[in-house]
Amino acid sequence: MESVHRSLIGRNGAPPLERSAASRRSRRRRFALAPYLQIAPLAATLLVFLVVPIAAVIAVSFWDYDTARLIPAFIFTNYHDLLVDPITWDTYLQTISVAFLTWALTLAIGFTVAYFLAFHVRSKAWQTVLFLVCTVPFWTSNIIRMIAWIPFLGRNGLLNQALLHFGLIRQPLEFLLFSNFAVVLAYVHLFTLFMVVPIFNSMMRIDRALLEAARDLGASGRQSLWHVIIPLTKPGIAIGTIFILTIVMGDFVTVSVMSGGQRASVALMMVNAMSLLQYPAAAANAVVLLAIVLGIVGALVRIVDIRKEL
Amino acid sequence: MARRARRPHSFYPLAAFFILFVLFLYGPTFTIVLLSFQGPDGGLTFPMNGVSLHWFASLFEQQMVGDFAGSFRRSLLLGAAVMTATVVFSFLGGLAFRRGFRGASVVFYLAIASLIVPSVLVGLGIGLLFRMLGWDTAWYSSAFGAHLTWTLPFGLLIMFAVFNRFDRAYEEAARDLGATPWQTIRHVVLPLVAPSLIGIGLFGFTLSYDEYARTLYSAGSFNTLPLEIYGMTTNVTTPVLYALGTVTTGVSFLVIFAAMTAYRLAEHRRARRGGIGRSAANMAPIEIES
Repeated sequence: MESVHRSLIGRNGAPPLERSAASRRSRRRRFALAPYLQIAPLAATLLVFLVVPIAAVIAVSFWDYDTARLIPAFIFTNYHDLLVDPITWDTYLQTISVAFLTWALTLAIGFTVAYFLAFHVRSKAWQTVLFLVCTVPFWTSNIIRMIAWIPFLGRNGLLNQALLHFGLIRQPLEFLLFSNFAVVLAYVHLFTLFMVVPIFNSMMRIDRALLEAARDLGASGRQSLWHVIIPLTKPGIAIGTIFILTIVMGDFVTVSVMSGGQRASVALMMVNAMSLLQYPAAAANAVVLLAIVLGIVGALVRIVDIRKEL
Repeated sequence: MARRARRPHSFYPLAAFFILFVLFLYGPTFTIVLLSFQGPDGGLTFPMNGVSLHWFASLFEQQMVGDFAGSFRRSLLLGAAVMTATVVFSFLGGLAFRRGFRGASVVFYLAIASLIVPSVLVGLGIGLLFRMLGWDTAWYSSAFGAHLTWTLPFGLLIMFAVFNRFDRAYEEAARDLGATPWQTIRHVVLPLVAPSLIGIGLFGFTLSYDEYARTLYSAGSFNTLPLEIYGMTTNVTTPVLYALGTVTTGVSFLVIFAAMTAYRLAEHRRARRGGIGRSAANMAPIEIES
């Protein structure tokens, strides 16, 4: 095709005779402008609804406030108050440990599921169907999927009924609902897909000849998993990790629904400050959270090159 | 006769794990669908006290559960608007990135940042910004923008994937045959990427329809459906909650099903047209030889 094109316009790129210089020039100018017009709606949306709002959060985090209004200023009181409060540190510690636990569980489950789909399901059609089966819940309401745990985990829920029935416990377990357990369970339930998809994607790009070569060279299944598949899946794992950590670190809905208001998270702390109209306090907390999240993402991108996955 | 290679032993435990995972994904939702048909005296857990549509009926009574009908309507409208904007903006953005422009990497990193900045922060920022400007937040303005910050990066990344595999020969052929840039996009590019645009639309609608964290501070005085549901989780203790869950999940499944059907239709059409396109491309070298 390229050669056809070149033969039409001549070897030295001379313009075809039928086009006048003027029309070519206007054509070229319109061409140069086109991509800017095309990107404008998307770029403008991100500018107005992402960049400016975050700038507003950063600005307000230095403002003063009283019970009724915001007072433009440049003070560090909000950060100071935030960082000297032991509750802040406890909450961050709680959020980070829950995020870590969720990460470990979603990684283990997500990797196993992706591995099964990529290397053990042989027909392309089945692979697509099973992959879709995993992704459909992603397109349904998260809050409804949280609520759906109530009949399982409640005091009179299915799990307690079953355990009582089989005589494994005498009293219904109280910790199932409204606890850290419930929160992490919901995270794993809602977000494991964010691990499955990028890891599966990475695995599908692995050249199957590499696995054959490993087998021919005498590698056991476990060895080729450890020395071939896992290293080549790292970018997918990194992308999944970024998703999980950023979602869990910034979550307040799951925590408040699943813990019944009995557990805290950083974002919930912000939401509570907002409801007390302490906007600058919430903004300072938001800036700290954003710095931590971006720091984690930056570190991950340094360790693993994810660009080739995009 | 080539016999299929025997499955490795690891297949069976992995298959069992996968089945458990799928049960884990769908089990709870299935349970609340079942429980939403509780009799009028039924509670939030098993056993079922009869079977009825009682809770679905009370869902539509205004006083019972707040403004279900209104929030449902708003969420559908908002979802449709977000879907349209996501498809159009992502498609145009994809075209722009393909051509290249100054500042492309800035826009790319912005899109990625939009994905990884915690949602609550985006909502908080938009709420604060509107407050500082003295504007009222509303579901059709500020929440609309907030949702786009979540759906556009997905749309753009899908467009990248599409255009990475897109054969430029089709466009060159169109140009060589005298098509204007607009005609090339309208009659060549658009039909070829149509199935992917349906996928982007599915992301756009469902992510908006279920969005909560970005909406909380940007929706203004009228709730969207997820906000309404969230409010209900704290003060409703009857199976009407499950009825609501069943209805919204039903809508989601309907949308997914419609999108998949449309996708298959578009793929089918593309395959037919693609066949024509390929044969036209095959003819090109013959022309040169003559």
